[in-house]
Amino acid sequence: MEKIKLTIDNKQVEVAKGTTVLKAAQQLGIDIPTLCYMHLNDLNIEHKPAGCRICVVEVDGRKNLAPSCATEAAEGMVVKTHSLRVLNARKTVMELILSDHPKDCLSCAKSGKCDLQDMAVKFGIREIPNQDIAEMSTYRKDFSPSLIRDMDKCIMCRRCETMCNDFQTVGALSAINRGFYSVVAPAFEMEIEDSPCTYCGQCVAVCPTGALTEVDHTNQLISDLANPAKTVIVQTAPAVRAALGEEFGMPAGTSVTGQMVTALRELGFDYVFDTDFAADLTIMEEGTELLDRLTRHLNGDKNVKLPILTSCCPSWVNFFEQQFTDLLDVPSTARSPQQMFGAIAKTYFADKIGVKRENLVVVSIMPCLAKKYECQRDEFKVDGNPDVDYSITTREIASLIKRANLKFEQLPNSDFDAPLGESTGAGVIFGVTGGVIEAATRTAYELHTGKTLQKVDFEELRGLGGIRHATIDFDGLPIKIGIAHGLGNARKLLEDVRSGKSEFHAIEIMACPGGCIGGGGQPLHHGNSKIIQKRFEAIYKEDAGKTIRKSHENPYIIKLYEEFLGKPMSEKAHHLLHTHYVDKSKKIIYMK
Amino acid sequence: MKEILRFAQNDKKADDSKNIEKKQNMSRIKVELRKDQIEKIGEICQSFNNEPGELINVLHKTQGTFGYLPAEVQEVIAKNLNVPVAKVYGVVTFYSFFTMIPKGKYPVSICTGTACYVRGAEKVLDEFKKELKIQVGETSADGKFSIACLRCVGACGLAPVVMVGEKTYGRVAPEMVKDILAEYKD
Repeated sequence: MEKIKLTIDNKQVEVAKGTTVLKAAQQLGIDIPTLCYMHLNDLNIEHKPAGCRICVVEVDGRKNLAPSCATEAAEGMVVKTHSLRVLNARKTVMELILSDHPKDCLSCAKSGKCDLQDMAVKFGIREIPNQDIAEMSTYRKDFSPSLIRDMDKCIMCRRCETMCNDFQTVGALSAINRGFYSVVAPAFEMEIEDSPCTYCGQCVAVCPTGALTEVDHTNQLISDLANPAKTVIVQTAPAVRAALGEEFGMPAGTSVTGQMVTALRELGFDYVFDTDFAADLTIMEEGTELLDRLTRHLNGDKNVKLPILTSCCPSWVNFFEQQFTDLLDVPSTARSPQQMFGAIAKTYFADKIGVKRENLVVVSIMPCLAKKYECQRDEFKVDGNPDVDYSITTREIASLIKRANLKFEQLPNSDFDAPLGESTGAGVIFGVTGGVIEAATRTAYELHTGKTLQKVDFEELRGLGGIRHATIDFDGLPIKIGIAHGLGNARKLLEDVRSGKSEFHAIEIMACPGGCIGGGGQPLHHGNSKIIQKRFEAIYKEDAGKTIRKSHENPYIIKLYEEFLGKPMSEKAHHLLHTHYVDKSKKIIYMK
Repeated sequence: MKEILRFAQNDKKADDSKNIEKKQNMSRIKVELRKDQIEKIGEICQSFNNEPGELINVLHKTQGTFGYLPAEVQEVIAKNLNVPVAKVYGVVTFYSFFTMIPKGKYPVSICTGTACYVRGAEKVLDEFKKELKIQVGETSADGKFSIACLRCVGACGLAPVVMVGEKTYGRVAPEMVKDILAEYKD
């Protein structure tokens, strides 16, 4: 590879041709500030619109200042990153961005995690000139079940657009209008709820300001916990434990399961349960469905739909309900673990403890924004009462733990309650891309072959590649498996299914990068995609540490079928644990 | 600094036309496209090889054919070019040339470019608004006239310049507005 030499702040550096000035400076340990720029290395997303001009530098021989994020380094270039001219320009840019930005930092949902705020601190902004004549934007707030858009706080970095259009290929957002009136909005400025948005929340995960935030359910939770008439139970998704510690300053990849359980008990939940239990239940249903379809296929049934697609991810469900409506009978009918948990909690468990459905509040803690929408779907309500009352994110529960004066990092470990808290390693890996299908493989293999797996780790299914495939030998029967994370990658696999080219028997799809560990409700990664890698490792470590690692060996799952459900895919299981999909294409528009 | 901001505010007035248009979009009537119209849009897209990069040209030609670009037309274009309709809408709202409401039979365009502006285009514009009882971006109830602002038609020597349809009027003064409109009786 061709190398070039340049000088940045009087230091020489040698970089590969094509490297930007920003990256070259980083090699020297010079941290040029950026705002609109975003580089998610492991996902191959580099967003450099050079729009905000915060990263400008002075280049000898060049008349104007150069945006370092989008300027290629050249041989012999001499760059200054903190000359007086640069510092003044940066400060002016910052002042102009702030001039029409709301000043309600104290009560802003992003306060303390806001890139814009950090930048203002970094530049030592003490006053914003011309506030007396500056006009403020007054764009309407847009509420949806999962996320809130407050475009007055938008600084037009357009990171959300890159995630929505390029990474997810959802196409819900675009910059519209011009000049002072420009905002990022859905087509025809419709409400986000009417747009093709799937609530994956990746826009929220990358938004540098309070323009995109999640719907907050913490206050509702506090009042429910204080209500003696209510029994409040909680389920925690597998990916939460691999990331929650970050909110308390712990290094990424710290697994905090035991401390999280203690904290939830301290908060006042009557029972602390685990979504992993329901993940095991999902495997029983989905795995059985897979085997059923496979068996019928092998027996020559032409009507059977293969590949079977996983259905745990609510954002992915929204995606195919809108954009692949001709394939609604292809995904598994199994509900997501969140909803299976809710259905079992409000029937089996409510009966067990003798609490009426309406007095039982089921809360879920999820790494996800789409889960907030999912639990409000009509299919998951009985006489208007939802199976899961509401879902809160990893970020929200961290905020609650802080409000309850708990020193999280000093809390002792404790275990989940029985019976809905017992889980296996298979349930844990639901939180990461490839995990659901690995968990299903562990169970389906043993149920199909009648043999015990020598090794439960299917390394060939693991990884962070956007699209992966593997063939698993089911005792002479080769099972072809496809895996995608990110809806853009999912689209590629789906198009093959649509055109009949797909050779897979089963495909796992997760909407977010890395699976749920990179969900829209997780602690903000601020562009550091290494964090997702660390969470990935934490999940597999947790799995390896479990005594039981196959869903069908979970003793409480076995008991649940014995006492209540009968067998997988029984009529009762169908009623409580399966769902149907709705054609939502009419409300949206295209992107084939 | 204050001077600059004030100048920017003048500049913003021209952008207000887009804002008014936006308000009208919200209460707009749904357009049912006929099959032959959908096919026509398809042909236009095809003539640009359905290339997403040709979006502006496609919009230009489509507006030339239909007179304006209602949401339904944008949806068909989005589908043909395989781009999100939000992007199409983004381009339509960015360029003042594109419009989502049908123009009048005689579209009145007042140049508010620098030369025309300093020679009194704003007063001329106000007179048109008063006479026609509509704002910039709107169309009169009888569908006869619409008002738009444009930026420089390249006839700065004739400033301020007004165009009605294809016809150009130079050195327009507010007093002349009545007479100009009277030319378009039918």
